[in-house]
Amino acid sequence: MSEPVARQQVLQLWLQSAALDTGVAAWAFHDGTDGRGPGLPEGSPPYRTGLDALRDGWFLIAVPGPTAVPEVPGELTSGFTFERRVTLD
Amino acid sequence: MPAADHRLTTAEMAQFVAEGHLRFAALVPADVNEAVLAALPDLEQAKIGAALAMFSGADALPHPDQAASLTPLAACYPDPAPLGRFLRLPAVQGIIESLVGPDPVFDHDFVHHLAAGHGDAQHLHADAVADTTDPTFDIQLFYFPHEVGPDGGGTRFVPGTHVRRAPSSTIAAYHHVRGDEFFAGPAGTVMVFHHALWHAGQPNPGDADRWMYKIRLNPTQPQVKRWNLDDFDAVHNDPADHVFARSRSDSVAAILRRPARWEGTDDSRYDLMERARLWRYVSGDDTFDADYYLTRHEQRSDLAT
Repeated sequence: MSEPVARQQVLQLWLQSAALDTGVAAWAFHDGTDGRGPGLPEGSPPYRTGLDALRDGWFLIAVPGPTAVPEVPGELTSGFTFERRVTLD
Repeated sequence: MPAADHRLTTAEMAQFVAEGHLRFAALVPADVNEAVLAALPDLEQAKIGAALAMFSGADALPHPDQAASLTPLAACYPDPAPLGRFLRLPAVQGIIESLVGPDPVFDHDFVHHLAAGHGDAQHLHADAVADTTDPTFDIQLFYFPHEVGPDGGGTRFVPGTHVRRAPSSTIAAYHHVRGDEFFAGPAGTVMVFHHALWHAGQPNPGDADRWMYKIRLNPTQPQVKRWNLDDFDAVHNDPADHVFARSRSDSVAAILRRPARWEGTDDSRYDLMERARLWRYVSGDDTFDADYYLTRHEQRSDLAT
């Protein structure tokens, strides 16, 4: 009988501003359980805001740094990272 | 729908400047599609051979029709090459001339073949790993010579990202972007991309191979007013067209100001300024503006000189 193991799921949300309760512009889901843990809600995007992800049980582990007005717009700037730890039997 | 002389209309050019792409469904006739489809496997094999030779150091024979970079487009794929029949269609020539002017040169091309059941998705990227900030641009034609259904390996792309300058290693992180699109369409459809548009190849879970031919073209002359200008005066607005004051719903500015779904408020304003700068270039009007962002700064900066 194998011991329970902890695996991490990571959710990256790029929001439309640095405020956690603004809309989602882009997202990525990295699943350390390889499909054995819970998935994301149906929908595109899966959460309307970053706050909705918190309310679904995700823990915020990284917030975007300060940004300056760009000379030319580039990458999306308001990237938040969340994690969920899942115990697998 | 382009103008009668096959060049784009002003409204279509504004759409390209706003979103960085245009789509022409079933533009290429069936006989050309069939001839190109028959020719692509040989071209693909030659290109793969050249790529492998790069790693082994061996000499690789290019396909006999393969053009070299800097070749004038008119000299690429001479008759009876099927790809030349595609490139010299009046409808295709009109689109090319509208966007990169007369006498563009060949940059490179590639055969993008996704075998049935191909499971990998490319990371999102732009074909511009190092780019300038001036408004000149190349175009890339994505030609789909056969029908591509949903989930048939159609290219993913993100409208409105062509005005951004971001490293592909960064945008690769965006597995999903709100408002991204996935190509699906009938045989003979041509998509035209600004070279900096974010895009990615997709899996092909279906049971049919997917073939697509991509060619990049560089302008050799200023890309100014190369399209059909019959509607230009009617839609090209003055710099006072401002959504927070008085604005028109039938102007170039009205097309440029539509935000992409992924844009936040600040993003949409930064990007609108870039679209206005791009329209200044293609229209030759250094005073053009959309929603007053450039004009406001320029009015003030005059006071300090």
